[in-house]
Amino acid sequence: MSIKEIQEEIVDEFSMFEDWMQRYEYMIELGKSLPIIKEEYKTEDNIIKGCQSKVWVHAELEGDKLVFTADSDAIITKGIIAILIRAFSNQKPKDIIDADTSFIDEIGLKEHLSPTRANGLVSMIKQLKLYAVAYQTQLN
Amino acid sequence: MIQTVLDILSIRKDFPILNRKVNGYPLVYLDNAATSQTPQKVIDTIVDYYSRYNANIHRGVHTLSQEATDIYEQARQKIQKHFNAAKPQEIIFTSGTTHGINLVANGFASFLKNGDEIIVSALEHHSNIVPWQMLCERTGAVLKVIPMGLDGKLIMEEYHKLLSQRTKLVFCNHVSNALGTINPIEEIIEAAHKLGAAVLVDGAQAAPHLKADVQKLDVDFYVVSAHKMCGPTGVGMLYGKEEWLNKLPPYQGGGEMIAEVTFEKTTYADLPHKFEAGTPNICGGIAFGAALDYMNAIGFDAIAQYEHELLEYATKELLAIDGLKIYGELKEKTAVISFNIEGLHPYDIGSILDKLGVAVRTGHHCAQPIMDFYKIPGTVRASFSFYNTKEEVDILVASVKRAKSMLS
Repeated sequence: MSIKEIQEEIVDEFSMFEDWMQRYEYMIELGKSLPIIKEEYKTEDNIIKGCQSKVWVHAELEGDKLVFTADSDAIITKGIIAILIRAFSNQKPKDIIDADTSFIDEIGLKEHLSPTRANGLVSMIKQLKLYAVAYQTQLN
Repeated sequence: MIQTVLDILSIRKDFPILNRKVNGYPLVYLDNAATSQTPQKVIDTIVDYYSRYNANIHRGVHTLSQEATDIYEQARQKIQKHFNAAKPQEIIFTSGTTHGINLVANGFASFLKNGDEIIVSALEHHSNIVPWQMLCERTGAVLKVIPMGLDGKLIMEEYHKLLSQRTKLVFCNHVSNALGTINPIEEIIEAAHKLGAAVLVDGAQAAPHLKADVQKLDVDFYVVSAHKMCGPTGVGMLYGKEEWLNKLPPYQGGGEMIAEVTFEKTTYADLPHKFEAGTPNICGGIAFGAALDYMNAIGFDAIAQYEHELLEYATKELLAIDGLKIYGELKEKTAVISFNIEGLHPYDIGSILDKLGVAVRTGHHCAQPIMDFYKIPGTVRASFSFYNTKEEVDILVASVKRAKSMLS
């Protein structure tokens, strides 16, 4: 599936929920299913520093596709990364670079996108895209 | 039932923001240690200033300027009276606590030499650590730290051991922002003075809950922020003993702070203007005065008594939650509860509480050394004010339970 198709699928899933509580519960579930980063990659270098929760992300090229694994010490943050990784992992770097992230608004998580919100979501997206740029250069 | 002489429901009506809904729920505001809410009387004072007598102070010959000057100086006197300073010129208007600390730290640079020592407590906010580190880098002075115990109490025997002839300045907060611990500043001041060291106390977290008497404390410098005591943001006070303020060099150059200027030499204005360069936050200073009037009309004894009851009730109810741990469980503390639930991240708890309309602070509260001490990433901090109710404590407890069941 393309990034856009996956994003539409996620938006669809979230549209079934009636209130924030169901959305959060689902996010917490997603957090638990996050493809966890290998312990050896949980290094200072791989930390995306938000103010409050720690996020580690690792990227690896498999063929011409970029695969992400990650972890966080906060479960809601893990849920958000799980959503992002589902949309961006296993995709070509070029597609990741070009991808739009407005689906986050549509699933009612806009508040987490604000740069003043201390969960590092904005830096998380930036980091995923930076990996894509780096690997795209390698592919060229 | 919480016993109080205060009519809390009528007090709540003074605060328009308390009627707000957040995420569909009535706001339960428990982040008072970060900033307090503003009563209508203070809001009216701000509107009145800009509607009737907004003008620059201290130099205009016209009526508006004179009115603004008079009322601004009256505010200074209200602050002087509130903290029982001996003279109005010992009250310097600042932009807040951090500004006051930097003003003193900067001034001390000219008194310190290599090998001199500054003592700070382990319970400090970042703004209370960084200026001293910068000062030490500049002067070669050495920073010493009074350690704390697991209960959130400073280990005073260690403090007494740290004090020596080399100690030039001791710095401590009156109340810790992260834990609410009330520090034994009387003992700290007395011991420092015996060795000729000056003492600066950060009263930002104490001033909303208890009335400090700077003469009785015999403290050399005391700093507060208006926005934590029902006033506006961007204004605060530095109290300094007159002899110290005369000795300290000015912090910033500019208008207001000079007596005479030629290109060869400038002579500085007398206190307090020497430290008030440029046009100050006139409206803020006046509103600060109005905030003190408001809180004094309610009465600090009644406030302290009621907040203590709220604290005891909330502590008891929260501790009944399985796996909940409170950091800093001393008897001598203000109405602040810093807690975690085993296995849960404070950020997750705070996010769910926010969704339920409950405003708390989560994270390291700009006091990373304290979090490192407890080996935790942060805490959830609920901080109460006199306008909070027992029912709000119940909502907090129910919301924490709900967050716990969602996250576990």
